[in-house]
Order: sequence, then structure tokens, then C-alpha cells
Amino acid sequence: METIFTLQAFMLHTKNITYVLMVAALIGITGFWLFLTEHDDE
Amino acid sequence: MSLSRRQFLGWIGAAGTTAAAGSKATAATTHHFQGYPDAMAVLHDTTFCIGCRRCEGACNAVNELPAPEKPFTDLSVLENRRRTTSKAYTVVNQKPGNGSGPMFVKNQCNHCLEPACASVCFVKALTKSKEGAVVYDASVCVGCRYCMVACPFEIPTYEYDSAFSPRIMKCTMCHPRALEGKLPGCVDSCPTEALVFGKRDDLLKIARRRITRRTERYVDHIYGEREMGGTSWLYLSGVPFETIGMRMDLGVTPAPELTAGALGAVPMVVGLWPVLLTGIYAMSKRKEKIAAEEKALAVAEALTEADERAAAKLDATMEKAEQEKTAAVEKAVKEILTAEAKARAETEAAAAQDPQATGGNEKDA
Amino acid sequence: MSDKTATTGQPIFSPFNIVAGFILLVGGIITILRFTQGLDAVTNLSDDNPWGIWIGFDLLVGVALAAGGFVTSATVYIFGMKQYHAAVRPAILTGFLGYALVVLALHYDVGRPWRLPYPFIMQRGTTSLLFEVAACVALYLTVLFIEFSPAALEWLGLKRARDIVIKLTILLTIFGVVLSTLHQSSLGALFLIAPSKLHPLWYTPYLPIYFFVTAVIAGLSMVIFESSLSHRFFSHKMDAVHLAGKDTVPLGFGKAAALVLAGYFIIKVIGISAGNTWHYLATGYGAWYLVELFGFVALPAFLYAVGVRDKNITLIRWTAALTVVGIVVNRFNICLVAFNWHLPAGERYFPHWMEIGISVFIVTLGVVVYRFIVTRMPVLYEHPYDDVP
Repeated sequence: METIFTLQAFMLHTKNITYVLMVAALIGITGFWLFLTEHDDE
Repeated sequence: MSLSRRQFLGWIGAAGTTAAAGSKATAATTHHFQGYPDAMAVLHDTTFCIGCRRCEGACNAVNELPAPEKPFTDLSVLENRRRTTSKAYTVVNQKPGNGSGPMFVKNQCNHCLEPACASVCFVKALTKSKEGAVVYDASVCVGCRYCMVACPFEIPTYEYDSAFSPRIMKCTMCHPRALEGKLPGCVDSCPTEALVFGKRDDLLKIARRRITRRTERYVDHIYGEREMGGTSWLYLSGVPFETIGMRMDLGVTPAPELTAGALGAVPMVVGLWPVLLTGIYAMSKRKEKIAAEEKALAVAEALTEADERAAAKLDATMEKAEQEKTAAVEKAVKEILTAEAKARAETEAAAAQDPQATGGNEKDA
Repeated sequence: MSDKTATTGQPIFSPFNIVAGFILLVGGIITILRFTQGLDAVTNLSDDNPWGIWIGFDLLVGVALAAGGFVTSATVYIFGMKQYHAAVRPAILTGFLGYALVVLALHYDVGRPWRLPYPFIMQRGTTSLLFEVAACVALYLTVLFIEFSPAALEWLGLKRARDIVIKLTILLTIFGVVLSTLHQSSLGALFLIAPSKLHPLWYTPYLPIYFFVTAVIAGLSMVIFESSLSHRFFSHKMDAVHLAGKDTVPLGFGKAAALVLAGYFIIKVIGISAGNTWHYLATGYGAWYLVELFGFVALPAFLYAVGVRDKNITLIRWTAALTVVGIVVNRFNICLVAFNWHLPAGERYFPHWMEIGISVFIVTLGVVVYRFIVTRMPVLYEHPYDDVP
């Protein structure tokens, strides 16, 4: 892992991860909602 | 279980450290990024610039740019304010000085430590190299020109006249030459000490020394030391920088920080908006459900009531019918009885009138 | 609902067709010039003014005015206001067309349009707000396409496919609101990088919030505006529900727009205070800023309120038009008028007539396609499937 010397490089690094997390979050929350409400109709 | 506040905060801190372990840079909250160590820079001492335009010529030659309309030896072009174009990475402008003749200032990409252009490029076509130059990769550039919008120094230019392969054009600080160990074209060609190439840290020391040694010659400011978070081109001037056309109102905020807040809000929206919206949806669904249930209940009640009323009505009708029936029966019985009585009376009367017949009957009986 | 009027009822050389045909022809010629001669041949863009009206109008205004899709679907499906259900499909359709045309316009503006997917497939510049905008617009265009597809599937008689999409309605709506919030605000955040170029009255850290709030206002107003146009020109395509909703939408959406405009006015004033830019109000730019603030924010808020109180549908409709103009003024101010305000007049940008030509061409294209779709697909009337959501 390279040492980060600039704010720009730091932000690039964190935003890259953030974007991956955001995709996971959207899929995850949908699944969690389905899990949460699965027995609502019973 | 007792959990002290300190312990709790300690755990939070540990979690943070783990999350940041992927990169050697720790959280940005307290860390100040210093830029690449040993990155190269240029010191432009405008007090030494004589406006000869040799740097322009050298730049044109090493970057293989098209020949200008007027030759580089023609100094009349200095009379008008010029900016960088897609055919000239650098221009020298002449400004009225402080009595001792005109001032000249060279203008080109300042190679910011935290470049706005790199921050806004959505294909990473612009990057800050560890050698110090902000370099451009035309092979991925889409041509959105956001870098031109973002640059506070108004440096990047565009090949608007090209239909099929337009590029962003700007000074490269002769990055390819620097990798070969050569000086940038402009520095190499400068006949005075107006341009000095070296490590940024060293150049800052030189600049400071010049200012302190010749206080009468310089204004006490190194342009580029802190502007927009610092640049790899540093300037010294004998007159206030505004008078040689350099903006002093740019601030010292590194460009990426200007958009950090907005970028930081994005994942918050992604994380919380679905929760909020689903909540509102659930509430409106619930309201709908309650409304539907209440409606159903009201309908059911109304129905029950109607049933009862109908039943009551039916009962009443039945009773009435019963009564009527009874009455009718009674009436009929009465009528029959009356008729019978009448008939008997008539018979008796007839018998009285005809006693023989009657007596005969009785005899028979 | 027959196609009589669309196909045989009108002559080919109707005034609409002649004007639209002329615009499309001129647009086609400029298009050829643009893609064979480069941007220089058809635009006044320069090194100082890299963004012109193709960004200021086609992108910024286009995306804001296409907000009706997410605003209406959220109102009906998330907030549960079923009385506006008839407005959903036309709003989704205009939203989808709006975004499709924005993407089309970007092909004219960027230098190498065939590389538009590069930010996703080559290198991801995630520190750029433009990356965020690009990702959201691409995703939201897809969402709008799926959201609109039931109308097309009903038209084509593909009931099974349609039923699958209908089941996704809520998911798509929430996803659409998230994406819209993000890219509408990020369009404003694009300018956060240039505090030294945008006039201090317009430059504020609140820009992304302003852009999102104005997008909601634009969405609400556009739905009113479009529904009044539809009732005028396409009433023969409407079913009883749509015709009955003629006043419901202006009254409800007008009320919402009045309230949001009032809130927007408040946060605009707070923006001046936060930036301490009061003294600029006394300058020429300040006067223009006050025109925007009072003429295109406070005035429509008041007019909407009067229209809703008096149930004056005509006033509400005219106010919707005024509000839409206000949105155009706001986006032009930020992208063109107040941007580069420090430059001398001679270096400022004014659009080339061919740039305007392409913008008009693209709007016309949108109107023609909208007309084509509503005269054929079940947009202004409900398809006789029983479970239309």
C-alpha cells in the first residue's frame, strides 16, 4: 500500500471505497427490508 | 456492567484505526497532507524577468506546438494582456511597474499541490505526479472541460477546432524531460535568473532568503506558497501581486476541500434516504390500512344495524301478520259460529212451525 | 381511444408539423457541422468560457425541469396521495424524455462523446462531483425507463412483463428519489470548486441544497404546466379520471410549490447572511440577484398562494410558467451570468445562434416524441387492466 501524500489522493482512496459501500448499502437495505417485513402479511 | 465513557471512546477510536488500516494515511481530520516529498518546482522571480519571450519560444519548440502568427522575437505582443491557449502553454505579460520600467510576469500552469483540475476530473485524466507536475492523459479524456471551469488560474485550454481528437492543452512542467533529468524548456532558455528549477522546499528557502536580504526589492510574499493549498510554481515580485495580474483573493483552501462537504453528504443520503422514505411509505400504508379497517368496521356496523332494523321490522311485520291472521281466524270462527247459530235458530223456528215433522223425527230417534 | 386524430385526422402539413419539421431540419444540419467541424464551428465557447448554454440550459435546466417524475411518483406512491395518480404517467414520461434529451445534448457538448462511458469503464474519478452526476443520471435514466415501461408494455399487450414491473413500483420510486436527490444537488455542487469565478451572491456552500429544493419546485411546476398543455392539446386522449383531475393537480401541486418556494426564499436569505454578502446587494449584480429572489421566488410563492386560496386555476397555471422561467433564470445566472463575473466584458460568453439552434432542436425533438407516445400509449388514460397501481 502506497503512502498517501496529498489530500486529493486520500479523497480518491476513500471515495473509491465509499462508492463500493454505497452500492452494497442500497442492495443490503432492500434485502433487510424484505427480511424485516417477510411475516407482515400473516 | 459499568462502562466508562473513556473506555467507550477508546473502542470507537480502535474501530476507526481498523477502518483506516487499509491505507497508511490516517484519518484526515487532524492529518495535514504535505504533498509529495522531493517534488520539483520552479521559482519565478519576476524582478529578474526582462520580457524576452525566449521561454515562450522554448516551450513552443519542446512541446512541438504550432508556430505562432508573430515570431517569438516580436515583443509588440506584450502590449496586450494574453492568456494561455491551446497553441501556447505559456505567455509573458507586461505590466506597468513602480516607476522603474515595466514588469513582466510569466504565466503557465502552476502545478498545484492539490490540483482543482485533478479533483474534478471524472476519468482521472489529470493527476499530480510525485515529481511535481500535474500531468494529463489524453487517451481517457472525454472532453467535459470541467477542469477548465475548476482551475482558479484559468490555465487549461481546449482544442475546440478539432472534431475528432480534441485535447486539453496545458503546461506539463516538461514532465517527460524531467524524467530524463533535463530542465523544463522555459527554465533552460531563461537568460536571467527569473526562472529557477529545483525541489520545492529548497526553492521556498531561496525565495525567503531573497526577500529577507533585499527587503526593498521584494514584497513580503511568496505567491504559490499557500495559494489554493500551495503550488509548484512560486513567484516573487517587487510590486503587489495584484498589479502584475495575479489574484490574491483565491484563498489558501486546497481545492479538494471545497467539494469535500458535498461529496461527504452523498453516502449519507444513500444511507438514510431509503430509511426515511420507506418509513414515510410505511406510515402512509398504515394510514391507508387503518382508514380501510375503519371503513370496513363502519360498513360492518352499518350492516349489523341494518340487519337488526330489518329483523325488527320483520318481527313487527310477522307479529302484525300473526295478529291479522288470528283476527282473521277469530273473525272467520265468529262468522261460522254466527252462521251456525243463525242456522240453528232458523231450524228451531222451522221446527216450531212444523211440530209434526219434528215430533215424527223424535219418534224415529 | 382511437388513433384517428393522430394518423388520419390531421394533414401532414399542419402548422405544428411544418414548424417542427423546419426546426428538425436546421438542427440536423447544425448536428452535421458539429460532428464534422468540431465545437469551434458552431459554438462561442472559449478557453475562458468552457461551458455554454448546452450545459447551462440543456443539462442544468433540463435536469431540473425533468424532476416532475420523481416528485410525482414520490407524492403518489410514497406519501400515498392517490388523488394525483393520474399525473404519474405523464410526469414519468416527461422525466424520461427529459433525461434522455439531456444525455443526447451532452453528446454535442463534450469533446469526444463516444467516450461518455469512460468514467465507468476506464478510470473512475470518484473525487469529482461530475462522476457522481454521471453515475446518477445514467442510473436514473434506467430507473425512469423501467418506471415508464408498463405503458409501453400495455400498448404492446405484454401483460406478464408489465405485471413484473408493476410489482417493483415502490422500490423504483424510492431508488428514483435517492438518485434524484443526489444528482440534482450535485449539479449545484459542481460549482463549489470555483469560488474565485462565481459571484459571491450566488456562490455559497448551500448550492447543492438550493439546487435540490429548486428541482422540487421545478418538478411541481412542470407537472402543472404540462398538465395544462395536455388538457389543451390532448384532452381527446384522456379518460374520465384524467379529465376529472383537471383541477386536482394544479390545486394540490400549486399548494405544495407555494410552500416549498417560501422555504426556498428563507434559505436563500439565510445564504446571504451566512456568506455576509449583503453589501453586494447594492451593486448591479445585487440588483439582478434581487430580481431573481423577489421576481422569481417570492412572487410565484405569493401568486401560487392566491391561486390556491381562490381556487383560481388559470392563475396557478400562469404562476407555474413563471416559476419555470425562474428556474431557467437561476441556472443561467449560476452557469453563465454570475460565472466569470470577474472577466472584462469582451471576454464574456454569449451563445452562438447555432448553440441556441441545437437547444431548440432538442426541445422540439422532445415535444415530437412526447406527442408520438401520448397519442399511442396509455399515458393519459388507464389501460383496462384492473390492477394499475
